[in-house]
Amino acid sequence: MNMFTVSGSPHVHGDDSTKKIMYGVVYAMIPAILVSVYFFGLDAIRVLVLSVIGCLFFEWVIQKYLIKGGTTINDGSALVTGILLAFNVPSNLPSWMIIIGALVAIGMAKMSFGGLGKNIFNPALVARVFLLISFPVQMTSWPKPKAITEGLADVVTGPTPLGIVKEGLDAGKTMSELKPQIPTYMQDLMGQMGGSMGEVSALALILGGIYMLVKKIITWHIPVSMLGTVVIFSGILWGFNPEHYADPVFHLLTGGMLLGAIFMATDMVSCPMTKRGQLVYGFGIGLLTILIRIWGAYPEGVSFAILFMNAVVPLINKAFKPKRFGAKPGVAINQ
Amino acid sequence: MGILKTFALGGVHPEENKLSANAPIEVLPLPKQAIIPLGQNLGAPSKAIVKKGDKVKVGQLIAEASGFISTNIHSPVSGTVFKLDNVIDGSGYKRPGIIINVDGDEWDESIDISDTLITEITDDAQAIIDKVKKAGLVGMGGATFPTYVKLMPPPGKVAEYLIINGVECEPYLTSDHRLMLEKGQEMLIGTKILMKALGVSKAIIGIENNKPDAINHISVLAKDFEGISVQALKVQYPQGGEKQLIKATVNREVPSGKLPIEVGCVVQNVGTAFAVYEAVQKNKPLIDRVVSVTGKAVKKPANYLARIGTPIQQLIDASEGLPENTGKIVNGGPMMGKALTSLDVPVVKGSSGILLMKKEESSRKVESPCIRCSKCTYVCPMGLEPYLLSKAAKLAKYDIAEDEMVMDCIECGSCQYTCPASIPLLDYLRLGKSKVGAIMRDRNKK
Repeated sequence: MNMFTVSGSPHVHGDDSTKKIMYGVVYAMIPAILVSVYFFGLDAIRVLVLSVIGCLFFEWVIQKYLIKGGTTINDGSALVTGILLAFNVPSNLPSWMIIIGALVAIGMAKMSFGGLGKNIFNPALVARVFLLISFPVQMTSWPKPKAITEGLADVVTGPTPLGIVKEGLDAGKTMSELKPQIPTYMQDLMGQMGGSMGEVSALALILGGIYMLVKKIITWHIPVSMLGTVVIFSGILWGFNPEHYADPVFHLLTGGMLLGAIFMATDMVSCPMTKRGQLVYGFGIGLLTILIRIWGAYPEGVSFAILFMNAVVPLINKAFKPKRFGAKPGVAINQ
Repeated sequence: MGILKTFALGGVHPEENKLSANAPIEVLPLPKQAIIPLGQNLGAPSKAIVKKGDKVKVGQLIAEASGFISTNIHSPVSGTVFKLDNVIDGSGYKRPGIIINVDGDEWDESIDISDTLITEITDDAQAIIDKVKKAGLVGMGGATFPTYVKLMPPPGKVAEYLIINGVECEPYLTSDHRLMLEKGQEMLIGTKILMKALGVSKAIIGIENNKPDAINHISVLAKDFEGISVQALKVQYPQGGEKQLIKATVNREVPSGKLPIEVGCVVQNVGTAFAVYEAVQKNKPLIDRVVSVTGKAVKKPANYLARIGTPIQQLIDASEGLPENTGKIVNGGPMMGKALTSLDVPVVKGSSGILLMKKEESSRKVESPCIRCSKCTYVCPMGLEPYLLSKAAKLAKYDIAEDEMVMDCIECGSCQYTCPASIPLLDYLRLGKSKVGAIMRDRNKK
């Protein structure tokens, strides 16, 4: 006798999967990985490998021995967290600190909330901020990017462009006086500026962003509203006094702005569920970032802004619903 | 052909797999025994009026409507009533039905069985509605709502547009497509009849752009019919949903919880328009319909004109038998069809196709945690949040499900189709709908 499967409709499934999405993000990060290896050499590889192995290891250990359930280290999510964590630290960070970062990211930010899909905050960012607050000196000594082709000489550290501007302005200098000290926009694009491993090349990050847009892993809403807010807000201030405020392009290209807008704020798990909500969320991150950069104690504010807005996501999800069909009865609109 | 229109919110585009699109409609031989379930329409099942041993002719009334939302059933075959018994139907349950042993093919004398096309419409609106009601017509697209009810707008409501659904957005199915190509003339006369019954001057036939031959054919024929136009639509599932089709063709939104007549529209399927032609011009009740038999492993994907009551086994045999590795049999399309438990299930008024799926296509993927990607929300054509509704249903938070408008779900399955975590979202939404529906009915009683 024939036995047939009986289940509710639909009987077909699209070919999307969590694994596909996660590996899609990994592919999108390849340009930025290559740039970081090019500029920071063996150190970049050390940080990447330790961070990835650390995240995968802690995910496996916690699931196997603490939660005592199945392990999901193959789904690619811990791999993504590992690479993002590496992107968020300087390439000369001591190895043991990277391992601590991985433990914080996976153990504290992800697993303690219930694992994949349940974390409120972006795990890699939680780790970045944890490390920044615990080890401020090591987390803010930025090696100067130096092409791998120039040989493996000693690493020279220096401040980031944001740090130079912040300190300079606080010391009463004007933007025109600081201009010679900060990299040109072309250098920002290519990655020749001080900063965390993954944030130095704007171009590589934008390439990854375009790939994720094409593959429909992210939508335009968060990056556009976040970066748009940054441009408008910093543009207004710059318009008032170009000597006292940095211009919008500087804000876009330096620090973790693009890394945050493309890879961190768009993290599916911790961003709002509706496109309207995502626009509000992006606006909030952009606004907070500029507030922190200009008036805060830290030169860089992207991580704090994203984490703060992560906390607001449940409220955004409640307040901003999708446009319901038939909510506004539309009789005879055209035709 | 004009510009391609579509609906605004959500939607998916599954593989079309219209394997039987080029197979002309074949008349299926009569079954030896016709199995006729009494519940063939949305609403109350019909009441049998024949008993064991009665001789019946094709088209003779054998079961009556048992209420307002109910329909007549006519014998699809001639022969002797073998018994009144519980028969297996598409739901997998045994429900009351009539079994008739077939003997010859003797038709009721009142039915015009000639091929002559009758163009002139002599009946007035009331006579048309009476004939449609008498003939037991239901929506042939699968929803099986009694057709005559839709032709009688409630007091105060006026129909402005008749929209004919030739979308056939379900993958695989081709019965409407073939009907438009082969019975276009009849379908258009049927449309004209429906327009007369409703008193509307404008009818739009919506056809998706993956059927260019049908769009061309009907466009050419429609030139002779005043007030009927063809609208080509961009391929997008679930465009065949009433509300989506109205949005796509006349850009109106049926308000939540209301019927299309609220925005001056009545939607009928092309198969229904054809059946209306037969009922009104030929006096032929609904006793047969076009059914696609299709699937990747099917040797001969085809479209059959089958009598109601024919066991699907016979349709499958006509397509050179059940493929060896069949794992699932779906009554309807892969997005909204129902999986069948047996090959004894008969063709009913609402059967649009039989889809045979291979074993490897038959089981669901393993569910994994929701990663809150929101893709279900993006594709929902009703603007709902399936991730939230499914969670509410799972946790029995039916008040939340109601507030978040679970009752607006049209069960198109786009959310579950899309979900990267393979969560059975629609299963939970159906649960939520049935629970919330019961709560609402209870509240109304008080």
